[in-house]
Amino acid sequence: MAADSEFHVLAVDDSIIDRKLIERLLKTSSFQVTTVDSGSKALEFLGLHEDDGIINTNTPSVSPNNHQWCLQEVEVNLVITDYCMPGMTGYDLLKKIKESSSLKNIPVVIMSSENVPSRISRCLEEGAEEFLLKPVRLSDLNKLRPHMLKTKIKDHQEPEKQDKEEKQQQPQSNNNNRKAMEEGISTEKIRPRLNGITAMV
Amino acid sequence: MDVVNQMQRQFVDYSTSLHREGILDDQFTQLQKLQDENSPDFVVEVASLFFEDCEKLINNMARALEQQGVDFKQVDASVHQLKGSSSSIGAVQVKNVCIAFRSFCEAQNREGCLRCLQQVTHEYSLLKNKLQTLFRLEQQILAAGGSIPVIE
Repeated sequence: MAADSEFHVLAVDDSIIDRKLIERLLKTSSFQVTTVDSGSKALEFLGLHEDDGIINTNTPSVSPNNHQWCLQEVEVNLVITDYCMPGMTGYDLLKKIKESSSLKNIPVVIMSSENVPSRISRCLEEGAEEFLLKPVRLSDLNKLRPHMLKTKIKDHQEPEKQDKEEKQQQPQSNNNNRKAMEEGISTEKIRPRLNGITAMV
Repeated sequence: MDVVNQMQRQFVDYSTSLHREGILDDQFTQLQKLQDENSPDFVVEVASLFFEDCEKLINNMARALEQQGVDFKQVDASVHQLKGSSSSIGAVQVKNVCIAFRSFCEAQNREGCLRCLQQVTHEYSLLKNKLQTLFRLEQQILAAGGSIPVIE
């Protein structure tokens, strides 16, 4: 439990200067930091490939924790990203994270050098926790910890939730069995009745 | 110790003058505050990255503006990047020229852009010189066994 005091932040920015700056700010605030220079690299680090994203979210064994899909078995507690980046913007990255069942619980914070109200509301509507104006200050980062703590509390509650939902697991197992049933259809000719019954148990 | 005190005072005066002249703003002070025993060369490192970035971007802009058919979007992209970097380091005069520069890009005004390019090159050179002087003063203090004063 005590080990949870270290939060790991993934910082995304195409500017090398801003990456250096945000890294220093985050480290000074006692966070563990990983920096990447693009949205696609961020998704890779989080274990989600741009193209694979859709396939991954359909897999029934995905857990709410993001351990499952991290290539490096590293838990990311918050993603802080620049808005204006070539290729995938911070907004695009935000969307991809929120659309992913494995990653959507990770809080995302957007940074931008431009104070555009419509941009800000768009990001907040899409699920960003905060919108920070650049240059980011040390005091801005004080806003981050509460969001990460919320997730930690959620994570610890998950096991209890799962116990309560055990009774509701039947819908889930039905999903699995639907697949099995589809496969079973081909073997129906061999054992038609038995297959139908076992699938529903 | 007198020598160190003198150097420290010189450092503070020089640093203050850079702010007063509007070359650096509070963001630079924020960077200095982030420098500590864990990251003793932080400011110099950021400044070096900035100089490299600046030179690259200025070259990009110059090349783009030399073309027969100027791609103003490309120029603007470089200016936008430079504006961001200069803002992050506290290079306020460079940043201000970038703001004007972007307007000329938007207006697709080549003459205006070229003027801004000249200005930005000038401001950048000035800043580089001043910062190198500041860093030299820092090194002198450290070499004499003193510590760098924290400037509020």
